[in-house]
Parts: sequence; structure tokens; C-alpha cells
Amino acid sequence: MTIDINFVGLIIASIMASSVPLILASCGELITERSGVLNLGVEGMMIIGAISGFALMTVTGNLFIAVIGAMLAGVLISTIFAFLTQTLITNHVATGLALTIFGIGISAMIGKNFVGIPGKEFPVLFGNLKDAIPFLSPILFGHSVVFYFAFALPFVTNYFLKKTKIGLIVRAVGDSPDSASNQGINVRLVRYLCILYGGAMCGLAGAYLSMIYTPQWIENMTGGRGWIALALVVFSTWNPIKILIGAMIFGGLTIVQFHMQAIGVRIPVQFLTALPYIVTIIVLVVISRDSRKIRLSTPSSLGKSFYKDN
Amino acid sequence: MENLIKIIKRDQPSRTIFFLTPVLAIFLTLVAGGLIFYILGFEPFEALKFFFIVPIADMYGFSELLLKATPLCLIAIGLSFCFKSNNWNIGAEGQLTFGAIVSGGVALLFYNQEGFYILPIVILAGAIGGMLYASIPAILKTYFNTNEILVSLMLVYVSKLILDYLVVGPWSNPEGFNFPETRQFSDSARLPLLAEGLRIHAGIFLALAAVVISWFIFYKTYLGFQMKVSGFSLKTAKYAGYKGKKMIILVFLISGACAGLAGVGEITGPIGQLHREVSPDYGFTAIIVAFLGRLNPVGIIFASLIVAITYLGAETAQIFMQIPKYTGQVFQGMILFFLLASDYLLFFKIKFIGSKK
Repeated sequence: MTIDINFVGLIIASIMASSVPLILASCGELITERSGVLNLGVEGMMIIGAISGFALMTVTGNLFIAVIGAMLAGVLISTIFAFLTQTLITNHVATGLALTIFGIGISAMIGKNFVGIPGKEFPVLFGNLKDAIPFLSPILFGHSVVFYFAFALPFVTNYFLKKTKIGLIVRAVGDSPDSASNQGINVRLVRYLCILYGGAMCGLAGAYLSMIYTPQWIENMTGGRGWIALALVVFSTWNPIKILIGAMIFGGLTIVQFHMQAIGVRIPVQFLTALPYIVTIIVLVVISRDSRKIRLSTPSSLGKSFYKDN
Repeated sequence: MENLIKIIKRDQPSRTIFFLTPVLAIFLTLVAGGLIFYILGFEPFEALKFFFIVPIADMYGFSELLLKATPLCLIAIGLSFCFKSNNWNIGAEGQLTFGAIVSGGVALLFYNQEGFYILPIVILAGAIGGMLYASIPAILKTYFNTNEILVSLMLVYVSKLILDYLVVGPWSNPEGFNFPETRQFSDSARLPLLAEGLRIHAGIFLALAAVVISWFIFYKTYLGFQMKVSGFSLKTAKYAGYKGKKMIILVFLISGACAGLAGVGEITGPIGQLHREVSPDYGFTAIIVAFLGRLNPVGIIFASLIVAITYLGAETAQIFMQIPKYTGQVFQGMILFFLLASDYLLFFKIKFIGSKK
């Protein structure tokens, strides 16, 4: 039996494509969590990004405006979360849940008029090199700009956190807000910015889904990807490079599921669909079992409110 | 010129404001809702009327309100056990679904039998199903240190897929022309309806019983006290020597049982069979109900009635004004936002002072 290496390359490329939204959302949430804020609204911010991107693309016809608009929509909705948790000192978990419920509702409300409209084709880079090299070409070339951005993001995030001064400030705020504050760092401002950045990345992840991956608007189209992205941050033990690995595993599960259905494996389709959720639970258990390791890598003030008396 | 407004931290959270802020939150939600209607191009007062008053203006509407409030109240009571003790079970929707699956499976065993013993068994099966499903995040949290928020949520998706598999596949009605639904349960497996022509059923008594029992546990037992201390400070609870693991599992089981019972009510009440959609996200909405009711059993009764209106209002407003039905969810999210925001007044006093030159 011969294996067509081009076909293998295509499968790897499709796994990478399905992991893009997870990488974007997880890397955004990772920065938010590194500053000590737990935002459970990822799913809500993603779905807002998805409808905003699709709606702007349909109305303006301009893809650039649509992508930027989706990111701004993510920023806008995360501003609610930032204002509540940082200025009004509300509970992070409850506020994040409210954000998700609100986001799903409002996206469906806006999206009512966009159901069934076909999407536009998103331009790809290096499309002419698609057949240049066997195996490698489908992996490296012919993808959207968001795709390349997503695969660079974990490395950039890693560099930012470890090697830059602002990255150090973000980590200090997340690990010890009191001493950071005593050093003259404006804890609230840093956390605000990290939340808004997370919102922008989740908005972009949503736009990727509705504009590039499956170019159309379907109600609730994020389908729990936001929650899997949150789980990936724990899985990565707050290390951006490991997010890349985790996202590929989950992207792989999605693709395997499609192919198994296509070749007619006699497993109920519902079981295959449930696989990513079940694997998430198993992976979380394996990672979290070592409570010492988790404690060492979790930002110390994660989910705790910071209040400074003037 | 100095600031006109001064914000002072309260020494103690204000008790009066604790029960007043939910009212403020509802008022602010109505204002914001009116604004959204206005932006969407509807007459705001007209829309709010169709949303909040028309649906409950007659007897049938009122009974529908109670029908929708029943599962919300029941689940929220269960969740308040978890939330009071700092356990974030947000997968009640999954526990409801699994409870419905187990009780529905038992009811199907008796589909061609009648007997007084059937209903109690079916109800018990639902509670056990919910408990089993809730025990997964509880055990993983206590023994494997796994985040209960993510686990309980992932299990929601899994439970809905299990239900889908069963009603399409092995449990689908053999005479049902391949519709995704099971056989009808026998009459003995159905919760009795309370009035002719209305859909309100005996499940409401389950909810009321849960209110009374939970009130007793919260305020009159040692367990209630332990939960309160753990919710306030886990360190204190540890210092006092409370068996943390046992309590975590217990509150999850209680909460799972309540959600499972809500599932029983949904399938053995008006519907009488299992089908794809046993719950319109009651399990998630109940989280809002629990907070709006201040994790207090009596407060939760009121909160469940108010939030139930958003379900009915969304349907009415869609029929009469073509307002999208998702507005209900938008309202639910806003209530929680405003409630959390107005909690600020609990801890801080805002003082208006005259300008000083």
C-alpha cells in the first residue's frame, strides 16, 4: 500500500486550519489570565466576533474592515467585563458567565437577518506555490493571513511574556498585585488592557470561523470552542507554546471525526462529536492531578479581585 | 474645586441593600431593554408591555409562568448549595438532561404498564441520574484537583449528544415513523396535571418542597453553617477542621438531584416522552435565578418567577411584534450584569457632598 504524501500534507493542513480559532482565543485568554483575571466569557466574545465579522463583510463588502471590526467588537464586549470586574470589583466567574449568555443572545439577535447568506471567498497567501513541493506545500502555502498570524502568535506571546518589560509587568500584576502596586504599577490599568486584548483575540477567532473556516453565519456556531480554549489554557499550564500543541490535538480530533464519518466507520456520529469534550475532560484530569505543578504555574492572584484604598 | 461625589468603603456590607439591589437590577434591565427595543426600531413601551405584561395577563398565561418557573426554581435551589460553598457547578443543564435520560429510560420500561408504584420510581430515577452526572465533576475536583467549571460544562455537551443518540437510535419509537422521539410514557409514569386545560403539573410541589428543605438546611443545620464558612473563606473552613472533600461531593449531589428532578418534570409533565430538546437552557438560566435570588430560598422563588417571564415574553413579543426570540437571553444576561454591578453599593457608600471652593 502506498501512502500519498500529498494527501497526508493536506490532512495536516486541515488539522492546522481547525486549530486556528483555538490558538487565537487561548493565547488571548492566556494574557488575560496572566494578569490575574479569569474571563469565562470567551465563548460569548467569540460568537460576537463571528457575527460582527460576517455582518460587516456582508454589509460593507470589505474584508479588512470586517476583520478589524470583529476584533473591535470583541474589545467592546470585553469592556463590559473589564468595567464590572475591575472598576466595580464584581466576581470574575459570575461576570464571565453573564458575558457568555449575553453574547450568545445578542449575536443571535443581530444574526437573524444574516442566516443563509453565502460568505465571500477570503484571499489566500502564496496560492501559486500550492503544488511546488510535495507534502510541505499544502502545509505551508495557500492559507489566509489570519492562519499565519495564529501560528506566529504563541511564539510572539512567549517572547512578550518572557523577554519584554511590559510582559514582566503583566506577570507581576498577575502573581503579586500588591507588590506590583507598591512599585508604582497601575494594576487596574494593566488588567483593563489585558482583558481588552483578550477580547480582541477572541473576536478575531470568531471572525475566522464565520469568514474563513466555514464562511457563513450559523446560530451558536462557536459550539463550545470558547470553553475548549479556556481548558487549553489550563492544559498549557499558562505556557503559550504548549497551547500550540494542545490546539493541534483538538483540531486533530475534529478532523479525525470528519474523516471517520466520511469513510463510514460504524460508530454513532454523536459519539464522534462528543469526543473533543470527553478528551478535554480526560486531559484536564491528567494535567491537574499533579496539584503542586498546577499551583506553581497558575498566576497566583488568578480570579481574585484587587482593590486599593485611595 | 473638589469632587462632588465621594466613595467610601463600608465597614460591613449593608443588609438592606443586599435585598434591594435585585430590584434595582431589574429596573435597570427594563430601562436598558427599552433602549435596545428603541434601537431596533420598536416602540419601547409597547414592546416592554408585550414582553412583561401581556404574557401573564390571563389564567393560562399565569399557569405557563408557573410551569416555566418550576424547573428554574428547583435547579437554582440546588445550585445555591454549590455557590454558597464556593463550588462552581455550571453544568446543571447537563445534570437535568442526564436525569431526564435516566428517568425517561425507566419510564419506557413501564410503557405498557399501569400502577401507583411507577411514578415514584421514575422520579427517583431522575434524581439519581442527576446525582450520578453531578458526581463526575465533584469527584474529579476533590480527588484529581480538576477545575469543576470546565468539567461540568463539557459534560453538558456530552449529555445532549447522549440524548440525541438515544432518541434517534435505540430508544426511538418503533411506530414513530423515524421521528426523533421515544414512545409515549404510560399514564402512571406522568406527573398529574393540576387543572383541566392547563399544562401546569405536580412538579411545582417538588420545587416548593426543595425550597422548604433547603431553607431548613441553610439556616438550621451544621451543614448549612459549614457551607457558609467555606464560602466565606476556605482557609477558615480548613482551620475549623471541616471535611472539605465530603462537603464538596455532598453539595454537588444535592444540586445534581435538583437538576435531575427538573428534568423529570420536563418529560413526565406536559410532554410525556423523551425527545431531542428536553430543556430550553433552563440549567444555564437557573444560574442567574440563583444569583438574583441572593442564594436565598425565598428570594429564589421570586427570582424564578421574574426570569420565567423572559421566556414567555420572548415568545409573545415574537408573535405579536416580530421581535427576535433571543431577546429573552439578552435580558437574562443583562439582569446578571446589572445585579453584579449594583453589588458595588453593598460594599461602597456613595456620598454626595457640596462643592468646596
